[in-house]
Amino acid sequence: MTAAEESPLLRVTDLTTHFRTDRGLMRAVDGVSFTLERGRTLGVVGESGSGKTVLSRSVMGLLPRGDVVRGGTVQYAGEDISALDEDGLRRLWGREIAMVFQDPMTSLNPVVRIGRQITEHLRLHTGASRADARAKAAALLKSVGIPEPERRLREYPHQLSGGMRQRVMIAVALATGPRLLLADEPTTALDVTVQAQILDLLRAQQRQRDMAMILVTHDLGVVAGRTDEVAVMYAGRVVERAPTRTLFTNMRMPYTEALVRSIPRIADPGHTRLAAIPGRPPDMTRPPAGCRFAPRCAYARDKCRAEQPPLRESGEPGHTFACWYPVGTPEGAAALERNRKEAS
Amino acid sequence: MTATAPHLRAADAALLRVEDLVVEFRAAGRRRVHAVSGVSFDVLPGETLGIVGESGCGKSTTARAVMRVTRPASGSVRFRGAELTRLSERGLRRIRTSMQMIFQDPVSSLNPRRRVRDIVAEPLVVWGRGDAAAREAKVREALAAVGLDYDVVGDRYPHQFSGGQCQRISIARALVLEPELLVCDEPVSALDVSVQAQILNLLEDLKERYGLTLVFISHDLAVVKNVCDRVAVMYLGKVVEVAPADALYRASAHPYTRALLSSIPDPDPDPGPDAAARDAEYGPRGESPSPLDPPSGCRYRTRCPLAQDKCAREVPEPRQLDDGHTVACHFPITTS
Repeated sequence: MTAAEESPLLRVTDLTTHFRTDRGLMRAVDGVSFTLERGRTLGVVGESGSGKTVLSRSVMGLLPRGDVVRGGTVQYAGEDISALDEDGLRRLWGREIAMVFQDPMTSLNPVVRIGRQITEHLRLHTGASRADARAKAAALLKSVGIPEPERRLREYPHQLSGGMRQRVMIAVALATGPRLLLADEPTTALDVTVQAQILDLLRAQQRQRDMAMILVTHDLGVVAGRTDEVAVMYAGRVVERAPTRTLFTNMRMPYTEALVRSIPRIADPGHTRLAAIPGRPPDMTRPPAGCRFAPRCAYARDKCRAEQPPLRESGEPGHTFACWYPVGTPEGAAALERNRKEAS
Repeated sequence: MTATAPHLRAADAALLRVEDLVVEFRAAGRRRVHAVSGVSFDVLPGETLGIVGESGCGKSTTARAVMRVTRPASGSVRFRGAELTRLSERGLRRIRTSMQMIFQDPVSSLNPRRRVRDIVAEPLVVWGRGDAAAREAKVREALAAVGLDYDVVGDRYPHQFSGGQCQRISIARALVLEPELLVCDEPVSALDVSVQAQILNLLEDLKERYGLTLVFISHDLAVVKNVCDRVAVMYLGKVVEVAPADALYRASAHPYTRALLSSIPDPDPDPGPDAAARDAEYGPRGESPSPLDPPSGCRYRTRCPLAQDKCAREVPEPRQLDDGHTVACHFPITTS
């Protein structure tokens, strides 16, 4: 076994992406590390401004050149790709790493027929002949559940519904057999009944091809049944990471707990008071000292406002979190109780 | 009670009563968009009615037609007994002070060049209510009701606020005229879930405090279930099912409602065998057809796993199942 085969498919180490703005340095991603093994799926969950989208773009090398301060490394199959130039990245994009975005309409060229958008990509990356690429494109559309693929190949993006367009984007992304798929809010623009179909399709294709996938979403419900592991982001950092089932059954980070509790559940009786999280996420040009969730956290004590908690192990395999007074521990319960007493 | 809409209650009991509402838009090539095709519902004072459905089902058009922002092609909209569709512009303006609306995108529904205190005071100025001091007191009260401090936010502009705060400002503006009916069109869809919960709780508080009647439009069945007393499910311009919120979840009878319920991404990694089976049985096929050319008979039949020949031939009329629960389906689901 070579070194490349032994190393994880993706290893992100201490990744930082800061933007220079008029108001100062905006710490969009601030020291994120994780690994992803071959064929595994990782859900990255966070609210707007948590840095989840900037993280996925940083991994892909899809950031503007100017006004960005980067740090840390991204290793793909053992190779440091954070230092690659545009040509190097282009070799990687499509062939090894593919991406599906939120809005399929803006990702497709509106004046080019669906067929050409897929075959061009195939011919560029695999050197297939025109006829071969055409046949493969039709087969791909069929595999992503598009009826009458031959007819669809002759159509323009506006002739397709939102769900069909997202299926086309997935077909394009899968065309060259990538080993890693980054799906950034792939179903956010779609209706809920169509969302379920697209998520099932992504999961089926991921399993069938033994492809690794990073599913970026604001919706905890989307990652629940469809990922192996979940990383929860808050204010530019990963604050908890765990196998999906562990995250939901044994969460340690108060932010994860608060996020889960703020979701209205269909099974709850009507007019159930929702547990809203007070306040709002911090301004990332001036993040608070200590734990960044502390100003909104029911567990927070003085220590949280002074010292940044490091990511530490929970004791369960693959479960890490960043909190001084974790959920489900005596320290956490004591902190919550003291805060309640002091408030009343 | 009319034959076509068994879910309507006594006309004199309802604050808002919509009957057989039809809204069509002209499209290219002499075609028509059948946006709303014969929708009926009513809302009692103090009640919250949810209208739920996916994009293109006509839920927002229905709301706009109720407010008469869009003119309906036919049908009746009665508010406190007054027929709005036949009212003069002048009469309509007067009655609209009692009916206010809030929208999905709170940032673009606020004038970016005006200060918060002027935005919230504007309805009072337009109606010449009170002098400057009385208006300031009103604005102060409305902002306080939505959790904002006049002295802190009054001089600021909308761009200085987050989406959630902008939605609070638009709610304050809607409240300042002391309306009876508040129509909320996807009020939390653009917000993060933690902020969404704040706004939903706020709407519940305000409803209690001011005795408001709410029409709450959303694509999210879980959100609707949380805030509404009754829910009307719309599909492609038609109401397919009406039920008390709890009954809709317990015993939905329309295959489309079942499909919506089974599509909700549940934040639970173990949905259990029941949920999986339910998904397989009622999971919808494909996507919504175009309202330019809706299917014959039942409009859901092209996606419905239970559809039969009859569904293509005959439009299903709404019929009563239980008290307050009606469904428009030839083959309603009776198991829970």
